[in-house]
Amino acid sequence: MSRSFYKTILDITAYAFLMIGALTMIIPFIWMISVSLRLPAEQFSRSIIPSPITFQNYFDLFEDLPNNAFLYLTYNSFKLSILAVVGQVLTCAMAAFVFAIVKFKGRDFLFALLVATLMIPPQVSLIPNFIIFKYLGLIGTQWPLILPAFWGGAFGTFLLRQYFLTIPRDLVDAARMDGASLFDIFWRVYMPLAKPAVAALSIFVFKDAWNDLLHPLVYLPTDMQKTTLTVGLAFFQQQLQAGGKFTVLMAGAFLSIVPLLIIFFIAQKQFIEGIALSGVKR
Amino acid sequence: MDYGLKPLGREKLWLWLMLVPTIIGLAFGTIGSLLATLGLSFFDWDLINPPTWAGTENYAALFENKNYIEAFMNTLKFSALYVPGVVIISLLLAVLLNRKIRGVGIFRTIYFLPTVTSAVATALVWNMIYGKETGILNFMLETLGFAPICWLCTNNAMMSVVIVNIWGAIGEGMIIFLAGLTAIPRDYYEASSLDGANDFQQFFRITLPLVTPSIFFQTLMSAINAFQAYDYIYMLTRRGQGDSSVPVAVYSIYRNAFHFFRMGDASAQAIQLALLVAVFMAIMFWWERNYVVYE
Repeated sequence: MSRSFYKTILDITAYAFLMIGALTMIIPFIWMISVSLRLPAEQFSRSIIPSPITFQNYFDLFEDLPNNAFLYLTYNSFKLSILAVVGQVLTCAMAAFVFAIVKFKGRDFLFALLVATLMIPPQVSLIPNFIIFKYLGLIGTQWPLILPAFWGGAFGTFLLRQYFLTIPRDLVDAARMDGASLFDIFWRVYMPLAKPAVAALSIFVFKDAWNDLLHPLVYLPTDMQKTTLTVGLAFFQQQLQAGGKFTVLMAGAFLSIVPLLIIFFIAQKQFIEGIALSGVKR
Repeated sequence: MDYGLKPLGREKLWLWLMLVPTIIGLAFGTIGSLLATLGLSFFDWDLINPPTWAGTENYAALFENKNYIEAFMNTLKFSALYVPGVVIISLLLAVLLNRKIRGVGIFRTIYFLPTVTSAVATALVWNMIYGKETGILNFMLETLGFAPICWLCTNNAMMSVVIVNIWGAIGEGMIIFLAGLTAIPRDYYEASSLDGANDFQQFFRITLPLVTPSIFFQTLMSAINAFQAYDYIYMLTRRGQGDSSVPVAVYSIYRNAFHFFRMGDASAQAIQLALLVAVFMAIMFWWERNYVVYE
């Protein structure tokens, strides 16, 4: 009796903590949506439910920002994030396949070297990469953001290699018997079987590219037709706040997170398993 | 190791073709650029005039550069607050969520939201929440009878920025710890219950020792993130001239390289950041060897 009473008390305490925590986590999002649905005159109101509710801020976002800036920013973010996914999945999968399946001299050394680069802070690469891209005349274009996605990466290669290693080796032998080449085995056997891992990697890469602030800030001009949503929002923050238009700013902030929210709600399992995998297997 | 498929004839070519992107990445993206940054740190270069040899001058200058020392100290302070914050809060959350109570899925989703969404977008709303006269946080404080706080003024900005960064990171930490907790065999708890152990004894005698691999991993990852923290700091503490009220090391590197075009100074700072990461990792792996329990 006293034991189950004690358990109940603990459960209630756990609930109380979790509820307070959950409120802290979600209030900023609720506030973002709430402010985005208000009249500009009500932007600092303390009530969560706006009265009246208006969608005007979402129209203003497209109409008031000069030269269709918000459309361009959204397009650029989508374009660069999708290219990053394509580049990373292709190049990491090829390397992961070779490291997982093929026997050749120097394999273990090369793989160890690749994994060691996980420890190099990305800021260290930024300066020499900027210089190289400057000499190639590519600063101000989107190439410095696209090309690095196509040169592989330790995280993606590691994640996919772990998955490839779980695929039964008999499949390789069977394919070999049928005369399949190395690339056939990769493309026809391994890639179709690795869909869950590819999905997890794609989500991570998309998220990181979509949310990236530092690289577009360094490589792209503050030209709303060329840069991404993150840089655009940071830029409009100053302008819209000075103009007293927090409501429009919050509409922009909310629209900018909608694609990731959709992906998250559809693929929550892959998202969470991917993170758990990266933590457990290392 | 001796596993693997032998490439036949022309397949050797294929093998290396499939590795070309990765090798380019190593040469230009990571290892090559680490060496290049190291090299650049011994030169003065503004990208316009030819580089001139500076020897160790850039490094010596770091110790006299007040702005840089402030930035470096801020990075250390930030990490000292952020890393324990993330590790302890996300471990507690995971332990609470591991109690087989209702609604675990909903809690997990909510706690995970900031990990998914961009720091830029959420920083915009935090900026409003922190507002001195207009923010809801001060409104709540005043309602409860406390004096309002100027959250983003120089004195408090560090604390406010750490809070937002922790808010943005505990979702990921929670997942790492949940994975670690579910790996602990149930019978350990059942056996100790039979012996009369209560929840707190179980936590300190079973859970905590067996979850040390996750604590190790999460501390390592949080610290690496802390040394590189940038987005929230840029969004919340940026001032008119492009400087910040809480400048951190990455901020300093960025400003020196891409605003003032002092490539040598920026490279020396980047190398120092890399050294900080390396030293920290060495300490962590020493700790792992001595204190982390792997089954």
